[in-house]
Amino acid sequence: MQYFTEHKWIQFVALLAVFYALVMAIDPATGGNLWRLQETRFWLLPDVVNDGLKFLINDFWVVEVYDAELDLTEESTMMKEFTRGLSGVVLFSINLIRELLLGGVKTVVAFTSWDFISANEWARIPALPWPAVAAGAFLTGHYLGGRNLSILAGASTIYIAVFGQWTPAMQTLSFVLVTVPLSFVLGLVFGTIAFKSKTFEAILAPLLNVAQSMPHFSYLIPVVVFFGIGDHAGAISTVIFATPPMIRLTILGLKKVSPEVLEAGMMSGCNSRQLMFRVLIPSARHDILIGVNQVIMQCLAMAVIASFIGARGLGYELLVSLNSLNIGQALELGVSIVLIAVVLDRLSLAWANKQIDYLADRPFHVRHRYSLAFLGILIVTSVIAYLASMVFPDKANYLYFIHESQGLSTERFWDFIVDWLITNTYNSVQSFNFFMTTSILMPMKEAYLSMPVAATLFLVAGTGYIVGGLRSAIIVTAFIGFIALTPWWDRALITAYMATFAVISSVIIGCSVGILCSRSPRATKVILLVCDTFQTFPSFVYLIPVIMLFGVSDLSVLIAVIVYATIPATRYTVEGLSNVPQTLQEAGSMSGVNRLQRLLKIELPLAFPHIMLGINQTVIFSLFMIIIGAFIGTDDLGQLIMQSLSQANGMGQGIVLGLCVAFIGLAVDHLIHTWAEQRKKVLGIA
Amino acid sequence: MSTSTQPVIKCESVYKIFGDNAVKILEQSGGKVETASLLEAGCVIGVNNASFEVHKGEIVVVMGLSGSGKSTLLRCISRLIDTTAGDIFIDGEDLLAMNDKELINIRRNKMGMVFQNFALLPHKTVLENIALPLQVKGMSTSDSMDRAIDMVNLVELTGRENYFPRQLSGGQQQRVGIARSLAVEPDIWFLDEPFSALDPLIRREMQDEFLRLQSVLNKTILFVTHDFDEALRLADRIAIMKDGVIEQIDTPANIVLNPATEYVAKFTREVPRERVLSCQTIMAKYDASAELSAITVSEDAIIETVAEPVLTEQKPVAVTDAEGKIVGVLNSNIMIDVLFGDTNSLPVNT
Repeated sequence: MQYFTEHKWIQFVALLAVFYALVMAIDPATGGNLWRLQETRFWLLPDVVNDGLKFLINDFWVVEVYDAELDLTEESTMMKEFTRGLSGVVLFSINLIRELLLGGVKTVVAFTSWDFISANEWARIPALPWPAVAAGAFLTGHYLGGRNLSILAGASTIYIAVFGQWTPAMQTLSFVLVTVPLSFVLGLVFGTIAFKSKTFEAILAPLLNVAQSMPHFSYLIPVVVFFGIGDHAGAISTVIFATPPMIRLTILGLKKVSPEVLEAGMMSGCNSRQLMFRVLIPSARHDILIGVNQVIMQCLAMAVIASFIGARGLGYELLVSLNSLNIGQALELGVSIVLIAVVLDRLSLAWANKQIDYLADRPFHVRHRYSLAFLGILIVTSVIAYLASMVFPDKANYLYFIHESQGLSTERFWDFIVDWLITNTYNSVQSFNFFMTTSILMPMKEAYLSMPVAATLFLVAGTGYIVGGLRSAIIVTAFIGFIALTPWWDRALITAYMATFAVISSVIIGCSVGILCSRSPRATKVILLVCDTFQTFPSFVYLIPVIMLFGVSDLSVLIAVIVYATIPATRYTVEGLSNVPQTLQEAGSMSGVNRLQRLLKIELPLAFPHIMLGINQTVIFSLFMIIIGAFIGTDDLGQLIMQSLSQANGMGQGIVLGLCVAFIGLAVDHLIHTWAEQRKKVLGIA
Repeated sequence: MSTSTQPVIKCESVYKIFGDNAVKILEQSGGKVETASLLEAGCVIGVNNASFEVHKGEIVVVMGLSGSGKSTLLRCISRLIDTTAGDIFIDGEDLLAMNDKELINIRRNKMGMVFQNFALLPHKTVLENIALPLQVKGMSTSDSMDRAIDMVNLVELTGRENYFPRQLSGGQQQRVGIARSLAVEPDIWFLDEPFSALDPLIRREMQDEFLRLQSVLNKTILFVTHDFDEALRLADRIAIMKDGVIEQIDTPANIVLNPATEYVAKFTREVPRERVLSCQTIMAKYDASAELSAITVSEDAIIETVAEPVLTEQKPVAVTDAEGKIVGVLNSNIMIDVLFGDTNSLPVNT
C-alpha cells in the first residue's frame, strides 16, 4: 500500500484500469446520464448569455440623445452610444493613416461634410507615391537598425508594390498601425495598474487566463453584435485579443525589477510618474519588448481573421483567394503578411534598443538628416510621378501606384506547381491521406466518441488528484464538467481527439529536433532564429502550403496544426536543455558519463519541467489552430463557432463554445503548471 | 567632529517592526520590545529603539551582521520604508511628517544613496544613469549632461561615458553609483554596503577612493557595512547593531578599548589595536625632568605608523598636540605592551 501511495505511475495504471472498466461497463443505449449528460436547463445558458448582452445593448441605462442633423431627440442606451463613439474614434484613426498612405476623402469628410467634398474637388488627401513610402521604410530601417534592417524594410516594401498588392497591404498596415499601439498602451496601462494594486491583479488574473485560451473566432461574435461590421470592429476584436499577453508580460517584467533599482529611483527624487516611466518600465524593458513582439504577432494573425467581420486588407484578399482555391495568389499574399510582420517586429525591437549620443554636438541638417532626406525624396518622387502623368496621361503610372492587375505575379508559376503536384502526386497523396484517415484518424476519433461521460470525468478527476491533490481534481473536473453540461460534448471530444493527435506528433517532432539541435551551439542559434521567424507568421498563413500540397481534408488541417504547434515544443526543448547549469554538466562529465548518459541522466530530467511548459504552449497553439482549421472544414467545436458567426442569435452560443475550447486548454494548463512547479521545487530550480 | 550645534541627522527612539499588528504590539509593550515575543505574534523586529545623532561632516558607520537591522535603519532614515514609531529629524525638520512632495524635494536636493548591488538602470549609459537625478529635477538635457561629465571625471571613469552598466566591472559600476548619488550635490550621503559585492582588492581601492572623495566633499555620511575592518578604516564613529538594537555607538578607539557589551567585545577581540588606537590613548605622563629623544610624534598619530621609530629609540619619545606642546611620552615598554601584550594590561588613557 505504501508503495502505491509513493509511486505515481502505479496510481496512473490503476486509474487507467478503472477508466477502461467504466468504458466497458457503460452501455450507450442504456447508460443514460452516465453515457451522455441529458438535456438540462444548463442548455439554455447560450440563450441566457445572448439575452443578457442584448439587454445590455438595447434596454440598459436608457439615455436621451440629441441628433443635430435631424434636429430630434432620440432614445438610445448608454452602451449603444459608447460603442458608437468608440467605433467612430477607431475608424477615424484607421482612415487617417490609410488615407495618408493611399489617399482619400473620409478624413476631410469627418471635419466637413460629403456636400463639401462634392463641391470642392481639391479637398482630399493625396496618396503617397509608393517609391516615397519605400524610401521612408528604407530610411526608418537605417535610422533604427543600420544597413541590414534598412534593406529588409525597403525590399519588403518594394516587393509589396511590385507584386501589385499595394492597396490591400497599406490597408493592413493602417489597421496594424492603429491596433498595435492601442494594444501596447492598453496592456501597459492595465499591467502597471495590476502591478500597483494587488486587488486589481487578483481580479485580472483569471480573466487573462480565459482570454488567452479563448479561440480567435469567439472574439468576433460579441464584437459584431456590439460594434457592427467593418474595419473598426475588426480592430476592436484584434485589440481585445492582443492586449492580454501584453498585460501579462508587463506585470511579469515589472515584478522582476530589483527592489534596489526601485529604491535608487526613489532616492534620485523621482515622483511616482517618473518612477514608473523612467525607472520601472525601462528596467522591465526586456519582458515588455517580448510583449510588443507578441502584440505585433497577434495583431497580424487577427488581421486575417478579422476580415471575417469586414476588416479590409491582405487578410480579406487571402480569404477570398483561399476560398476560390487560388493558391498562387494566396501564397503571394501570405508572403506580404509575413514580410509586414517581420519588418514591424524588427523595427520595434531596434527602436527600443536605440541609443542616443549626447556628446555629439551637431548642426541642424546632420541631426535631422533622416527627416530631411525623406522630405527630399517625397518631393522628388511626387514631382516625377506628376510629370509622368503629364507626359503619359493615358498610361498607368508605375512610379506613383501599381494596380493589382499591373503588378508582377508569380501566380501562374505557383498554380502550375500546384497543378503539377496534383497530377503527379495525386495517387501517392491520396493513398497517404486514405491510409492516415482510415487506419489512424477515424479509429482514434471513434475511440474518443465511445468514451462515456462518467468515465471521462473520472479519468480527468483522477489525473487531477494524482498530479495536484484534491484542489486540482476539483478545478479540472469543473472545467471539463462545464463542457459535459453543454449540448456540445461530442464536438468537444472531436476537438480533443484532433488536439491529442496534433500535440503528440508536435511533441515528438519538436523534442527530437530540439534535442538534436541543442547538441551544438551553432545549431541552437539557428533553430532559435527559425523558431523566432516562424512565430511571427500569422497562424492563417500556415494553411496555404498545406492546402497546396494536401488539398482540403481533415488531414491537411492536422498537418497545419502540427507545423504550427511544433514551434513552441522545439523552442522550449532547446531553451530547457541549454539552461541546464554548467556546473552540473561538468559534475556529470567528471563522473564519467558519456554523451548519451549525460543527456538522459542529467540534462533531460533537469530540463523536463521547462519542456513541459513548452508542451503546454503546444496544447494551446494546437487548440487555436484546430479552431481556425474550421475554415477548411472540420466537424468540431470550431465549426460551430464559425456557424454561430452567421446566426442572428449566435452570440451566446459563440461565447459558450469559446469557453468550452478555453476550458480544455485551461484544464491542461493547470495540470502541467502544477506538475512543473512541484517538479521544479524537487529539483531546486524554482 | 561636531562643528555646528544642530545635528544633521537626529533619530529619537526609532522602531521598525515588520508584521501586521506592529503598531499595536509596540503600544502594548510600552517601548520594551522582546524579539522572542514578537516572533510569537508573527512579527520581525528591524530596528529597536534607535537614538543617535550625526553631525555635519561626520562619517557614522553602522556595522552589524546580516539580519541585524542595519539596512532597515538606513532605509528608515532615508524614508524608503516607514518607521513604526519614533522621530527622525533632518537638519531639524521632521522627516516623518513630510508629505510626498516635500519628501521628493528633500531627496532631490539633500540626499544621495549608494546601493550594494549598484542598482544602475540597465538600459541607460553611464552618463544617462548619472544624469537621472538631475533630469527628474527638471534640469535641461545639456546642463545635466555637463554636470554628469564632471561627475564622471570626479570618479575617474573618463572615456567610458557611453558604456552600458553591463560593459563595466563591478568596481566601475559602483563608481557610477557613487557619481549618481553625488550628482545633485547632496549634504547627506547614504551608503548601503557599497563595497560588499566587490573583490577584496577592489574593495580596498574603493575605500581609498571613498576617503579621497570625502576629503574633497565633506559630506555627512551614514555608511552601512558588515565588515568590521571597513568600519574601523572609514568611521569617525561606529554604531554596532544586533537584533535591531544599537549595542554601542562610539569612536573606533573607544569601541576597541571599551566594548560596551559582550557582543561588541567579540568583534574587537581580534582587532589589531595598533591600527586603531592613536598615541594619545596609550601615552604615559610627561615628567619634565626626564631626558627625551630628539624625535616627537603627534598625539593623533595611529600607533602602527610610529611604532618602529619609537622602538628603535633608547630614550622616551615626546607626544605633542597640534600646537607642538608636549602632552605625554611613549617608550619602548609601552609599545611592546601594545603590540604584543595582553589586552587588559594596557596603560590606557581614555
